[in-house]
Amino acid sequence: MTAPRRPLPAWAEIAMLPLVNIALAFIVVGVIVAIIGVDPFHALRLLVVGALGSSESIGYTLYYATNFTFTGLAVAVAFHAGLFNIGGEGQAYIGGLGCGLAVLALDRWLPAWLLAPLAIAASALFGAAWAAVPAWAQAWRGSHIVITTIMFNFVASALMVYLMVNVLIAPGSMTPQSRTFAPSGRIPAMHDALQAIGISVAPSALNLTIVLAVLCCAAVWVFLWHTPWGYALRTMGHNPEAAVYAGTNLRRMTMLAMCLSGGLAGFVGVNELMGVHHRIVLDFPAGYGFAGIAVALMGRNHPLGIMLAALLFGALQQGGAELAFEIPSITREMVVVIQGLIILFSGALAHLPRPWLQVLFARRA
Amino acid sequence: MQALTPAAAAIELRGIEKSFGSVHAVRGVSLRIETGTITGIVGENGAGKSTLMSILYGLYRADAGEIWVDGQPVEMASPRDAIAHGIGMVHQHFMLIDSFTVLENMVLGAEGGLLLAGGLAAARAELARLARDYGLSIDPDVRVANLSVGEQQRVEILKVLFRGARILILDEPSAVLTPQETDRLFRILQTLRERGVTVVLITHKLREIMAATDRVYVMRQGRMVVERRTRDTSSEELAELMVGRKVRLDLDKAAPRQGEILLRAEHLSLVDDRGVRLLDDVGIELRAGEIVGIAGVTGNGQSELLQVLAGIRAPSEGRLTVCGRTLDARHPGNPADMRVLGLAHVPEDRLRQGMVAAFEASETSILGYQDGPPFTRHYLLDGPAVGAHCAQLMERFDVRPRSPGLRSSHFSGGNQQKLVLAREIARQPKVLLVGQPTRGVDIGAIEFIHRELVKARDAGCAVLVVSVELDEILSLADRILVMFAGRIVGEVEPGRADERRLGLMMAGADAA
Repeated sequence: MTAPRRPLPAWAEIAMLPLVNIALAFIVVGVIVAIIGVDPFHALRLLVVGALGSSESIGYTLYYATNFTFTGLAVAVAFHAGLFNIGGEGQAYIGGLGCGLAVLALDRWLPAWLLAPLAIAASALFGAAWAAVPAWAQAWRGSHIVITTIMFNFVASALMVYLMVNVLIAPGSMTPQSRTFAPSGRIPAMHDALQAIGISVAPSALNLTIVLAVLCCAAVWVFLWHTPWGYALRTMGHNPEAAVYAGTNLRRMTMLAMCLSGGLAGFVGVNELMGVHHRIVLDFPAGYGFAGIAVALMGRNHPLGIMLAALLFGALQQGGAELAFEIPSITREMVVVIQGLIILFSGALAHLPRPWLQVLFARRA
Repeated sequence: MQALTPAAAAIELRGIEKSFGSVHAVRGVSLRIETGTITGIVGENGAGKSTLMSILYGLYRADAGEIWVDGQPVEMASPRDAIAHGIGMVHQHFMLIDSFTVLENMVLGAEGGLLLAGGLAAARAELARLARDYGLSIDPDVRVANLSVGEQQRVEILKVLFRGARILILDEPSAVLTPQETDRLFRILQTLRERGVTVVLITHKLREIMAATDRVYVMRQGRMVVERRTRDTSSEELAELMVGRKVRLDLDKAAPRQGEILLRAEHLSLVDDRGVRLLDDVGIELRAGEIVGIAGVTGNGQSELLQVLAGIRAPSEGRLTVCGRTLDARHPGNPADMRVLGLAHVPEDRLRQGMVAAFEASETSILGYQDGPPFTRHYLLDGPAVGAHCAQLMERFDVRPRSPGLRSSHFSGGNQQKLVLAREIARQPKVLLVGQPTRGVDIGAIEFIHRELVKARDAGCAVLVVSVELDEILSLADRILVMFAGRIVGEVEPGRADERRLGLMMAGADAA
């Protein structure tokens, strides 16, 4: 007879399990890297140094993490409502459109302190609207949200190409991008902001949008666990029948959850367009929407976990780029494989090491 | 009682052990079931009866212990092995295909060859033999959907005998039957016994044990605590053995002091999307200070009635007046509004409706009451207030363990039910709807829940209890309404109600 398995202590469940998962992923990655003839420890060192070795690389890591935080939160909010939002990519895209339109329309008249909140609100509004259509189809027509949100990614992509090529393209430009935002339509870069208070760091893409990301984490936490709406939303996610019994209108709650989710995804547009490109460009969501699923999964759908997972994904993105640059035999594709393995181990195989840890803890107790 | 042969027992279990994770469900159980007897196994929910029988039937493997059938040790790796050894099981929920005929259901899984015709012909002959030998006649060509519940159960029993079973296990067979159908079932079981079939009856209804069995085993907390000859024991003794302490089965309550009408349903009907009338012209008046019981066999509209009264579903026709507000098809209510009006609802299925298994107990303790004070202030949930509220409920309703932070699913059925009941009663509602107040609840908690319902009544609450347990309705209610096929078919005073008449009404035979 095997010893009865006791549940793991909470701290081990939250902190240790993901670490073991990542370690496992790195072991497998190490084997693969060794097979293609690169010293895995050298590669690991390059990866870590590339992600965290200088103020510039840290800046880029945090900049990527900002995007991952937004999309991770978006997936998590929907997930708590029992909805699987795969449309983060499209919602980020359309959110960026809203943000860009607001800036293009107003950057010659409004000062930054007034324009930034408006543009941020516009990105949330457009992202929410893009999520609201599949939400409506699910709530009233019973169309499955997984299918419709995926389809909406394609629609968003096609719509943006059309708009950029035909409508928003800067006059006389050969590339499909809008005119450059006026300075009042830009979010200050972090190195400039820090310069202003006397701290000198290397320039990077990191900008003040990261503050918005942290605020969003806090707001999502408060909303989900400390407001009656978050309570009702989670009730619906766990047990829709109990939510009906409690008097929650499931249709309205579905709309609310998806609009919040889409709005959060829309903030990617703020970071990318107002923070970095300073114009509307094509394809800026670059997979952040899909990666958000993995980030939420790894962060256990908790804002704190999502922040940590986003940092990891940001570091991988940045460190991976450095790695591909330094070692020619490790290509961009190889870096994607590494990310995929980490998603595999922390997502699909997340519960794999639990029995081992349980045995370990049972022995110790 | 017939003479026990000196031959080996039909079934012998020796030292059976089974754990699920950290739950030790069956602890060193040994028992002996003689050939050609009816043996009852009683115990509270969670005592391990069903687990034990699942081990015997090959659905679970025991961690330790031996199973002997007819004097031979056997391995039960799957139900296939059990059937090969002549053991058959009739489940609580029937495993029949409604659109098939009795005969087609009979051959399911034993079709016999490539073409169905041969198997069917053989089955027809075998069915005729079984009908002759056991007095279990049934038309083989009728569709199962057209049979009554009692007849469907007979088909289940025939199916098991058809597979060559000599040992029959019945798991809570009376759960879906009217009293008359239950009596008929027991007569069938007696006939089977006379023909040498061994019957094992799993139930928590002591009355049935006393009426039908030769010998009874009592399980408590995974252990076999005692074995008795049925004629040497009594319901009271068995109840005490099941719970481990003295239990009062009767409920003494004062006469009701009825007040004003708080809930009035007039010509209430509910028609679903397919045009089926789930509720048909239902009229109910519920007064302050009384308990009205709705009796009926499961699935005759009781669940829908509760949903309509609680504002979850809007009636298709008719009017509902609750605490001064009138609802109808064009002015539907919703459960949140109804709560504000002073209506509380303990749902029939606590796990599916009444709570969220993954939530902490404290979160479950405010389900439906989360909006507004005292739990929400300035748009934020007041965590400490919620926790204190839950602790208070737990104290008052003796919910164990007293841990507001524990996940709701980690409480036993009885404690979950007490928590839900506590949540609904705590607000001192004017009208209290209770569905299946003690389903899946142990005897100790049943006693407590019944007393709390009477207490609420005496405090002036109008209580409506829906239950499929006739005993419960008889002991709790001040007036009894009987439901059949979506209609209220009669009203009875519990003092003058006899089970026979109620049973006939529940079966629709006395639709007056």
